[in-house]
Amino acid sequence: MAYSDKVIDHYQNPKNVGTLDKANKNVGTGLVGAPECGDVMRLQIEVDDATGVITDAKFKTFGCGSAIASSSLATEWLKGKSVDDALKIDNMDLVEELNLPPVKIHCSVLAEDAIKAAINDYRIKNGLEAIKYEESLVH
Amino acid sequence: MLKLPIYLDNNSTTPMDPRVLEAMTPYFLQHYGNAASRNHPFGWEAEEAVDYARERVAKLIGAEPKEIIFTSGATEGDNLGIKGVFEMYASKGNHIITATTEHKAVLDTCKHIEKQGGEVTYLQVNAEGLIDLKELEAAIKPTTILIAIMYANNEIGTVMPMKEISAIARKNGVLVFSDATQAVGKIPVDVNKDGIDLMAFTAHKMYGPKGVGALYVRRKNPRVKVTAQMDGGGHERGMRSGTLNVPGIVGFGKACELCMLDMEADTKRITKLRDKLETALMLLEEAYVNGSREHRLPHVTNISFKHVEGEGLLMGFNKNIALSSGSACTSASLEPSYVLKALGLGDDLAHSSLRFGLSRFTNEEEIDYTIKAISETVIKLREMSPLWEMYKEGIDLSTIEWAHH
Repeated sequence: MAYSDKVIDHYQNPKNVGTLDKANKNVGTGLVGAPECGDVMRLQIEVDDATGVITDAKFKTFGCGSAIASSSLATEWLKGKSVDDALKIDNMDLVEELNLPPVKIHCSVLAEDAIKAAINDYRIKNGLEAIKYEESLVH
Repeated sequence: MLKLPIYLDNNSTTPMDPRVLEAMTPYFLQHYGNAASRNHPFGWEAEEAVDYARERVAKLIGAEPKEIIFTSGATEGDNLGIKGVFEMYASKGNHIITATTEHKAVLDTCKHIEKQGGEVTYLQVNAEGLIDLKELEAAIKPTTILIAIMYANNEIGTVMPMKEISAIARKNGVLVFSDATQAVGKIPVDVNKDGIDLMAFTAHKMYGPKGVGALYVRRKNPRVKVTAQMDGGGHERGMRSGTLNVPGIVGFGKACELCMLDMEADTKRITKLRDKLETALMLLEEAYVNGSREHRLPHVTNISFKHVEGEGLLMGFNKNIALSSGSACTSASLEPSYVLKALGLGDDLAHSSLRFGLSRFTNEEEIDYTIKAISETVIKLREMSPLWEMYKEGIDLSTIEWAHH
């Protein structure tokens, strides 16, 4: 299968690989996927309490090139966004931007799930209710 | 001089030896006759070339020329051998014994037979990829007509104990079929010493052309017969109709001759390169060789790199190195290799494997380049892997509740 140039670029030069301190109250961590499915994504956000803006985002991903690219791009999009705007990131936006083929759409779904899991982790830590999302349809 | 890309996927197919192509060319352009044409020189030349090739193919496996049925490849050989025995020996019984790590051409043929009212026992393998001989013997019943066990596995290269398997079969009056696609031409295979009654193999895994293979069918002690699976002109002693692929068969014969001549020297050189590759990659932490290292083809190694995913790993170098992942993740399915799963590998290791297949044409520079490229990619991807980070922090990954989809 030929990967798109954008996937290759994110794979070769991934943005925001790393780890934020998950004990920090301002950090939300989302860990999604499972080793036996061949994809695990961990996505973290750091939120400015006062403004509600995401000041930093990091990821680590075990998976194929499309999974790595989806999470790398997601962190790029998250930085500078408000938490409310971050919730609006749709997996199909990632699919479009990275030109993912149909068999790789699940990678983008996983990235969207990771964003939402990170936001919920942040909300719970800060005494807010977790947001209920619709179950992903792809898996 | 290092030439990129490097080809290390020789279990899928090998390049053709230029000497094979040279032998084939006249049979496309000058001697293009049909080997079944009895009344003119074009036919005679073609028939003579086929006979000569048949002798060479037979010689490589210790058989008689009349025991070679030319086919379109190993898949056809597997189908003809297994279905052909099932139909021919229907009055004797309907039970076949095979193993879970067989090639799909055998497994799917067995599934077809089950739908036709046959009974199939699928033997498990141990962590090395070998069947248990006691289990094999215990699985035999009065209705058993065939034991179908591959000579060497295509993913891990594990070589089965064919002599011991056939001794058990003989004792119980059961025929032995073997898919020897990966073994013939690479290691000494002798149908008489190994006690094999039917054996499928193909030219394109041994430096010959694609689209031609053979089914060995024993003619004495015992005389074995198969029911034809294609109706037509009654070629190949009625067992496989269809005009013979003369240039392909000529190339197959040449490839067999070369394997016979070069096997010892090739094996020595390739084993050294394979061992160099394996030793260097095993220096990486958490790297595991899959399957038996003792009972193994000389040109194969299958290695899992824990906490990196096979397809992601391949992407790091697949522009320059042709390899296959043991994981079937490249297809729409997310299932890892059923062969690796059969060895008892967890999904994490099964998803993290690379299959290396070296050839007569692999050189040391290519191996050096491969060692470097793969080591660098594994290290880079582990830096990016949440599983590696957890492993390094001493977290037991099996205790985590993963969100299963």
